[in-house]
Amino acid sequence: MPAANDPRLLLLNDGDNVLVARTRIAEGEALRVDGTEIRLAAPLSIGHKIARRDIVPGEKILKYGAPIGSATASIPRGAHVHVHNVKSDYTPTHHLLDEQAAAGGKA
Amino acid sequence: MKTHGIGTMRGYLRSDGRKGIRNVVAVGYLVECAHHVAREIAIPFREHDVHVIGFPGCYPNDYADRMMERLCTHPNVGAVLLVSLGCESFNKYALERAVRATGRPVKTIVIQAAGGTRKSIDEGRAFIAEQRALLDAAPTVPMDVSELVIGTVCGGSDGTSGITGNPAAGRAFDQFVEEGAACIFEETGELIGCEHIMAARAATPELGVELEASVAKAARYYATLGYGSFAAGNADGGLSTIEEKSMGAYAKSGASPITGLIKPGDIPPRGGLYLLDVVPDGEVRFGFPNINDNAEIAELIACGSHAVLFVTGRGSVVGSAISPVVKICANPETYRRMEDDMDVDAGRILEGKAGLAEVGLEIHDLVVSLGAGARTKSEQLGHQEFILTYKSFEPIGPACLPAA
Repeated sequence: MPAANDPRLLLLNDGDNVLVARTRIAEGEALRVDGTEIRLAAPLSIGHKIARRDIVPGEKILKYGAPIGSATASIPRGAHVHVHNVKSDYTPTHHLLDEQAAAGGKA
Repeated sequence: MKTHGIGTMRGYLRSDGRKGIRNVVAVGYLVECAHHVAREIAIPFREHDVHVIGFPGCYPNDYADRMMERLCTHPNVGAVLLVSLGCESFNKYALERAVRATGRPVKTIVIQAAGGTRKSIDEGRAFIAEQRALLDAAPTVPMDVSELVIGTVCGGSDGTSGITGNPAAGRAFDQFVEEGAACIFEETGELIGCEHIMAARAATPELGVELEASVAKAARYYATLGYGSFAAGNADGGLSTIEEKSMGAYAKSGASPITGLIKPGDIPPRGGLYLLDVVPDGEVRFGFPNINDNAEIAELIACGSHAVLFVTGRGSVVGSAISPVVKICANPETYRRMEDDMDVDAGRILEGKAGLAEVGLEIHDLVVSLGAGARTKSEQLGHQEFILTYKSFEPIGPACLPAA
């Protein structure tokens, strides 16, 4: 039986609904996610997360077996889970990702 | 004593019984207006363990007084030069007295009395040249791992920090605690969301209540400020929320029971694992609790840390005045790009090239080697970052340090 998840993805806790990229993964790559094959819609950087299964708005995002925030949108299995679809349950997240996109992706 | 084949630790014995792994001359400016003169005094000695620290404010602050006193009497410090402009409010008399009481050579230069910049610089450099020669000839004594105090901080965190570098630092902490050393983790603003699991590790239920309260205080403080302890680069690196960053940061504490809760300048009374509460008490005053990582490093050192483990994913380059900073790189891509700044490649864990236990042992042994003559990358590169700003604290309560 093949492994449930691509070896480039890390499941930190059995209860988690996200997987972490162990390495940079290119857009369009086929990945096995929780037993289902998905195609990566956008490049995934090391340390970033994708949904292990479909997540509904308001659902807790679980990583390390602990809630790390709530979904603000529907997140299909295999989609990038980040500040565009997750919010903190404590204090808002400050980032410059929109500025970077406008500057051509330069960090 | 365990040596792990990495040399035997030697320390400089101080009058309070503590031992230092460095014999630094601290040059402390007592207001920003004296900073330039202090820096100029130190420049010819920049390769010779002369470190500049100081407080920029002109108005008094008990926290800053205590921090300066703890830093000037830190076991890694052998002599102290204080540089005052002359009109600032800092109590230079009390600081000089406190340093002298420990048996350390100390001198205060008052720029206005000395006759200005040039004369102060000449006078300061003469004092340092004399002290440096004495300190270089100072004897050392054997030092045991159980005599170490070690701090940990993370900065420039990303999605790899909580998976590789932080848990590896936690493994090193577990080993140090087992060997009787005191280990300090900190930044209650980056433990938001972890307060309950952390409280369950407290040595007593009363301490557990204090631990939870310290995180609740941090959450309130940051909510008032409108930002969490979360920088834009954290999001670039894949961290989405403060809770996610917290879970990763919490891993630095390892798995030992938590012995106590301390505040900046409190020195752990014995071995064990301590949480350093860095968020000020009372209503929100003076701005952000720690305006950057260097403020936290200075606080860990003020609590007696001989060395500080610094875990980074994005790639921080900082070191510190007074105590060596060990740079643990969590992200393998960052390590390859910034290898010259990094002491430990914890990203190997993500690549399947090493296990957590192996990297944890590597960190442990590296710290011990610092007491046997080794220098960290940031020391070799001359990093001596330092910052100290206004804060206010109440003393810790009786439940914070349960008896052994």
